[in-house]
Amino acid sequence: MSFAQLAFYFFAAVMIVAATMVITIRNPVKAALFLVLAFVSGACVWMTLEAEFLAIVLVLVYVGAVMVLFLFVVMMLDVNLSRLREGFGEYLPIGGLVAVLMVLEMAIVLSADSFDQQNMPRPEPEAEGYSNTKELGRLLYTFYVYPFEIAALILLVAIIAAIALTLRKRPETKYQNPAKQVAVKREDRVRLVKMAAERRKDDQS
Amino acid sequence: MIPLAHYLILGAIMFCLSVIGIFLNRKNVVILLMSIELLLLAININFLAFSHYLQDPAGQVFVFFILTVAAAESAIGLAILIVLFRNRHTINVEDLDTLKG
Repeated sequence: MSFAQLAFYFFAAVMIVAATMVITIRNPVKAALFLVLAFVSGACVWMTLEAEFLAIVLVLVYVGAVMVLFLFVVMMLDVNLSRLREGFGEYLPIGGLVAVLMVLEMAIVLSADSFDQQNMPRPEPEAEGYSNTKELGRLLYTFYVYPFEIAALILLVAIIAAIALTLRKRPETKYQNPAKQVAVKREDRVRLVKMAAERRKDDQS
Repeated sequence: MIPLAHYLILGAIMFCLSVIGIFLNRKNVVILLMSIELLLLAININFLAFSHYLQDPAGQVFVFFILTVAAAESAIGLAILIVLFRNRHTINVEDLDTLKG
């Protein structure tokens, strides 16, 4: 067994165990941490497929950003765990049966000759100096430039949606109104009054 | 050498684990969102495996877009979750029956 095979089967096993823990563990914080493990193992599996750029993007974007967001939300919400766990075992037998059957069916279909070594041989590893990032960038900025821009738009919409959803105005908080502040005139603030000069009360002269 | 079938079976196992996760944790929206993330990861494994074995980088471009959409989806999903918790003080799916006729 070569090192690549050993690495693939090891990371695949870790990934499956981590995914199982995510869906069965009681504590959502621990589930999020196991999800991090699943994503890191997934990145390593992607590395064996020579998708280096996407593997590192998975670690940076998912483990670095999305999982931190998950942890932040899980820790911020004060959730009553016992109520959420009610009925967990209720669907375990039928759900487990469905899952095992699905895996078996897919394994039977995927073990067909179409996907074995002869019909679908593994391509030779890329030569030294080949850059997966460069290749992906070349494609993204030429053939897929419009989908790429739409992806940017989707991210913008996600930013605006997330901010608009969670922003709230509290009535007790005081806000500044910059437009009003800029449009203010001198007459609104200062009033000049004409009056006769007056002697000060304690003036002796 | 690792045959393509093993990558596809890994994807299938991950997919089924996510589906059973959605079945089991029907009441906890956070775990539901996590299961959806796992599901997208399983799909991406299939895309990348075929991309590698067919020597076509287009599969990697698709994975890139799926990652984008998944990140946007989880951000909006968690924002909705926070608003939900702020208004109803629960994230139990069974309590969210305001629209029940």
